[in-house]
Amino acid sequence: MSEKPIISAENLSVDFQISGGLLTKNVYLRAVNDVNVDIPKGSFYGLVGESGSGKTTLGRAFLKAVNISGGKLKYSDEEVDYDLRELQKKKLKDYRKRAQLIFQDPYAALSPRMTVRDIIAEPLEVMGLTSTREETDARVREIAAKCRLNLEHLRRFPHAFSGGQRQRISIARALVSSPNFVVADESVAALDVSIQADILNLLKDLQTELGLTYLFISHDLSVVAHICDHVAVMYLGRLVESAPTRELFRAPRHPYTKALLSAIPSLDPDDKGNALKLEGEIPSPTNPPPGCKFNTRCAYAIDVCRSEEPKLEHTGSAHEVACHRWNELFEA
Amino acid sequence: MTLLKVENLTLQFDTDEGRITAVNNVSFNLEAGEVMGLVGESGSGKSVTAKALMQLNPSNAVYGSDSSIVLEVEEGAIDVLSLKRERDMQEIRGGSVSMIFQEPMASFAPAITIGDQMVEQLMLHMDLNKKEAEKISIEMLDRVGISDAAKRFKQYAFELSGGMRQRAMIAMALSTKPRLLIADEPTTALDVTIQAQVIDLMKDLVADFGMGIIFITHDLGVIAQTADRVAVMYLGDIVEQGTVRDVIQDPAHPYTRGLLHALPRLDDLDAPLTPVPGDIPSPLERPSGCVFHTRCSVAEERCSELVPQMTVLGDGHSCACFVEVEKRGAA
Repeated sequence: MSEKPIISAENLSVDFQISGGLLTKNVYLRAVNDVNVDIPKGSFYGLVGESGSGKTTLGRAFLKAVNISGGKLKYSDEEVDYDLRELQKKKLKDYRKRAQLIFQDPYAALSPRMTVRDIIAEPLEVMGLTSTREETDARVREIAAKCRLNLEHLRRFPHAFSGGQRQRISIARALVSSPNFVVADESVAALDVSIQADILNLLKDLQTELGLTYLFISHDLSVVAHICDHVAVMYLGRLVESAPTRELFRAPRHPYTKALLSAIPSLDPDDKGNALKLEGEIPSPTNPPPGCKFNTRCAYAIDVCRSEEPKLEHTGSAHEVACHRWNELFEA
Repeated sequence: MTLLKVENLTLQFDTDEGRITAVNNVSFNLEAGEVMGLVGESGSGKSVTAKALMQLNPSNAVYGSDSSIVLEVEEGAIDVLSLKRERDMQEIRGGSVSMIFQEPMASFAPAITIGDQMVEQLMLHMDLNKKEAEKISIEMLDRVGISDAAKRFKQYAFELSGGMRQRAMIAMALSTKPRLLIADEPTTALDVTIQAQVIDLMKDLVADFGMGIIFITHDLGVIAQTADRVAVMYLGDIVEQGTVRDVIQDPAHPYTRGLLHALPRLDDLDAPLTPVPGDIPSPLERPSGCVFHTRCSVAEERCSELVPQMTVLGDGHSCACFVEVEKRGAA
């Protein structure tokens, strides 16, 4: 691929201050730790991990919604190239219309006191993308139709809608400024399976129609397996593995990915899963273990894993893994 | 031995917008040592059904006149719906019947230690002094895999991680040795690796304690791994019931098939995700005839007029659908 990735992160880190002030020592929590990732244009890029893995923070960093503490982060499309760490004022405002977020909870994301039309139109008005009310209305109707919303419903308030319809409203609001890059953070997690299927199909159709690139953040590996073309796995702020979807699910290289996959309950009652069950829980990010962050729960950990942090290495064309023992543990 | 017998359970709510039917003529049995899954989308009535077993529904709930819920406990059969006084219900709640919820934080009082809360429940339901109750509580915490149980016993719920809290809640629910455990989406809020641990724990505990479990979830994978039998609910009706194997591998009702087609499956990544067409109707506008006919791809004219009855298709597998029953033939 010669084309530049839409998002490119190099040694990206995000810290949060959790205590400290005038007299006490500042204590930081590293939520995203030295992450390298390229998101190709037009991809449906999946990001998975447990709670506390830093996946949401990484997504927010890409949107410049949190402060970036270290490393490089670049955005590029046909028109602009931005260094997201340096982005200020006017350019930042411009970036806001190019990169958007779809939230998880369609009940919390929509103001109950605004009509659906006003909810979808708000970004246009705030960003000053349209100059007349007619223009705004036309744009709202266009995107609402694309998101398969009934145009009769634009005058109603969100409480009248089901979870699936609300999520379509959230999607329309995110897409109304014609972004190129969309972060969908657990966007189907709160939905019933039938509605989930409907929204996933809609996201996929919109991608083809509007030429979008998605970062799809989810804890649900079955959903990711179906919709994403590339998947990255995070653990305690680190990217531990990244591969094209099929390859990741067929031949995971990292013991954590392997354990995650085997923890998905199978639909076959006779398939009792395999022996790779994880003990314990993800350690607290305020006090991460030395060496490989996964060593406290890893069945294959040896001395080097407890002292040295493994680097992300290429194992195949687009398959990367951060594990000291990847080439001896699992057959491809 | 039959532990629980639910017959013709109908449950309606009086609301400002009229009387809505949440559960419609539902019947099922649960044997001791059996795990029965209750699956369905939001609004299918699965939680309301489970809450009815402990009369936990709000006061605007109206039960059908021929509805009955009979619970077999050591002292004999109890007709749950005939218990009118709160005091009678309180003996059952947390005693012979326990419930665990999706959100463990909501089950623990934030300002009381986990230990004190467990001891309070034990002393209420069992003839124990404080020392004995403490001993049992710590043993239970240890049994569900909480390390350093004596220390955790003195902690508050906020000091525990999510998975730990879920274990503590299970320990509390099981400490009185209930005959029936109602688990309402107990793993939904957990990460998949922790979910696997909790599922294993619950399976062990069923084997140890021999209680019956009603397991409510929307996740068919979790059901396949935990339940013996499953009932599929749609808009307050049980539309299909059978062993997990029968229902998941040979689904009879068009709704069950629809659910399975909408599910992203890891064993077939190329399969398209097909949603069940249309939206779930408002409970205020319950369709006539078969409740599913408005979204059903095989619906015929009679489906909108006549109500299909649960018909046995084979060993313990039954389904309420005219078309499918004719195709397969009733057993």
